[in-house]
Amino acid sequence: MDQPLIKFKDVSKSFGDHRVLDGLNLSIYKGLITSIIGKSGVGKSVLLKHIIGLIQQDSGEILFNGTPLGAATKKDRAAIKRKFSYMFQGAALFDSMTVFENIALPLAEKSSLPRDDIRQRVHDKMAKLDLHNIDDEYPSQLSGGMKKRVALARALVTDPEIVLFDEPTTGLDPIRKGVVYSMISDYQKKFRFTGVIVSHDIPNIFYISQRIAMLEEGKILFEGTADEIQYTEDALVRQFITGLETRRDDLTGLASQQASERKFQEEMLRLQSHQIAFSLVLLTVQNLENIIESIGYKASQLALKNFAAQLQHHIRITDTCSRYGMNKILLVLANTNKEQARAFCTKLAKLIKAEDLIEIMPQPNACFTVSAGVVEAQKGSNIEQVLANAEASKENLFEFRVC
Amino acid sequence: MNRSGSVASPIATLGRSAILLVQEMGYIMIFFAKGFASIFTLPTIVSKTLQQVNFIGSRSIFVICLTGAFTGMVLGLQGYYVLVKYGSTGSLGSAVALTLVREMGPVLTAIMVIARAGSAMSAEIGIMRISEQIDALETMNINPIQFLVSPRIAAALISFPILTALFDVIGIFGGYLTGSVLLGLSSGIYFSRVESSVLMTDITGGFIKSIVFAVVVITICCYYGYNTHRRSNGQGAKGVSSSTTSAVVQSCVLILVTDYVLTSFLL
Repeated sequence: MDQPLIKFKDVSKSFGDHRVLDGLNLSIYKGLITSIIGKSGVGKSVLLKHIIGLIQQDSGEILFNGTPLGAATKKDRAAIKRKFSYMFQGAALFDSMTVFENIALPLAEKSSLPRDDIRQRVHDKMAKLDLHNIDDEYPSQLSGGMKKRVALARALVTDPEIVLFDEPTTGLDPIRKGVVYSMISDYQKKFRFTGVIVSHDIPNIFYISQRIAMLEEGKILFEGTADEIQYTEDALVRQFITGLETRRDDLTGLASQQASERKFQEEMLRLQSHQIAFSLVLLTVQNLENIIESIGYKASQLALKNFAAQLQHHIRITDTCSRYGMNKILLVLANTNKEQARAFCTKLAKLIKAEDLIEIMPQPNACFTVSAGVVEAQKGSNIEQVLANAEASKENLFEFRVC
Repeated sequence: MNRSGSVASPIATLGRSAILLVQEMGYIMIFFAKGFASIFTLPTIVSKTLQQVNFIGSRSIFVICLTGAFTGMVLGLQGYYVLVKYGSTGSLGSAVALTLVREMGPVLTAIMVIARAGSAMSAEIGIMRISEQIDALETMNINPIQFLVSPRIAAALISFPILTALFDVIGIFGGYLTGSVLLGLSSGIYFSRVESSVLMTDITGGFIKSIVFAVVVITICCYYGYNTHRRSNGQGAKGVSSSTTSAVVQSCVLILVTDYVLTSFLL
């Protein structure tokens, strides 16, 4: 792997007698979203504040592109800081300024953009985050969720290179949570910023993160990809993840990823002992980004939610349907061979109607294109192999469009 | 050993307190220096300073007029009954004007501004500190002292001398109201003594005081608000209340101490 953009090297920090960070080592790579998970009060926000210099470590070093931040000149530090943006857990909006002034502040103070351009950029971000007609409102007049979205708009308005998010979705409803996550993920893909997210919103956080780090007792207990953490053997990490993972996905109401894995194991036993075939269908919304562009973040989340509800309605009681990623849904179809699974998909494509997904559909550019990777499980295979086959094997792809 | 320890202990405590006091004064000086230096670097300083001139200056006009008028009236009343004993009521104009221009004007103006704007400033910055708004400024690479303190220092340096001048003028008219209108002293004598006794050095001295007081008031009030999170005697709302109290009490006391020091230099 490349040289980390930000590297914590034996960083320790105590508040009085309480040691929050204890010789912590962590690498954050450029262009990736790294999520820091851990119990409440374990020091995740403290770690994040170290990156931007709001808190100074007692010992150890924080390296930026290989150069220790402590050794950087004031000018260099200011130049580094300009690349950052920070979204606070409690929003930290300026309560004597209006929403517009809050979002515009970083541009008004630190850029030479003309007033009209600033207005345009602020309104663009506000529209994307579903913040309409609240320019002249004050933060105290907004709900908690709205404050979060204003804070997110303020963090993204400068198109920063590195964005630090401190619990960006706490207190939001499932649809808005989905909006924030899809916006972070979408923006990250577009602008390739480096993101660091502090959260314990599992499994949602796994859908958008390329790397996960788990903080425990002042140290990084686990560091790796989202897949690696889900299949780790470390008992403490597993206990933490399974403890936090909700039984049902917030947005779609579908079963958890674990439920699918359990169902897979059950069906595999049946296949091995009684030769009863079963299939997996991996449904992927192919054009989520286009849908977002044409109908907006909120409507696209609603469409996904309604699509999931339709699926749930059409599957049998013996099947399991679970969310497997930002735009992925996994069906485990019991007692079904590949041909039957393909037939089921054809039936599904006919049954699911555009008007059921979202009120404003159909629209010419808002086709809901879903691909389906259909695979029949083979004896002795594990779920990762079957899923990889479903995703990779083009001949198994079965596509249907809802316009 | 114990006996020497018990003797050393109060001395050590005294020493520690003295060191802390000197340290605190050093921090306050550095805080002011940073704020003052940034007045000349901030591109948007003009609009922010004008907003603060409105807050510190314009909105204090009514209270300054009110206190100025009553201070002048009470000086006129007291002065008349003292001077009448010596048959020198003609000097009332001098007594009222000099007292106001040299002492009462700058001191009472500063104290009224502390009560009206200084306490509000300290609480506002304190709340910004505890709700992470100051941290948010830092993350945006906006220097919080430059953003919050510099415009206030600039505005105070503009507002204090003008408010003091207003206080003096209204106070002199207040003295006229009691001395001439109520008690019958000739208005010609009153104003001619005002004119002849007040020299340019008195006015300059009053203005120097008002400028020094502006620096003291704004620095202390902003400093305590800015460092609300460092207070050991309370966090959150309690911290804001305690820092506002400290700001008001300490700036009032410091105004009187500075006034004595300045007077001894100016006389």
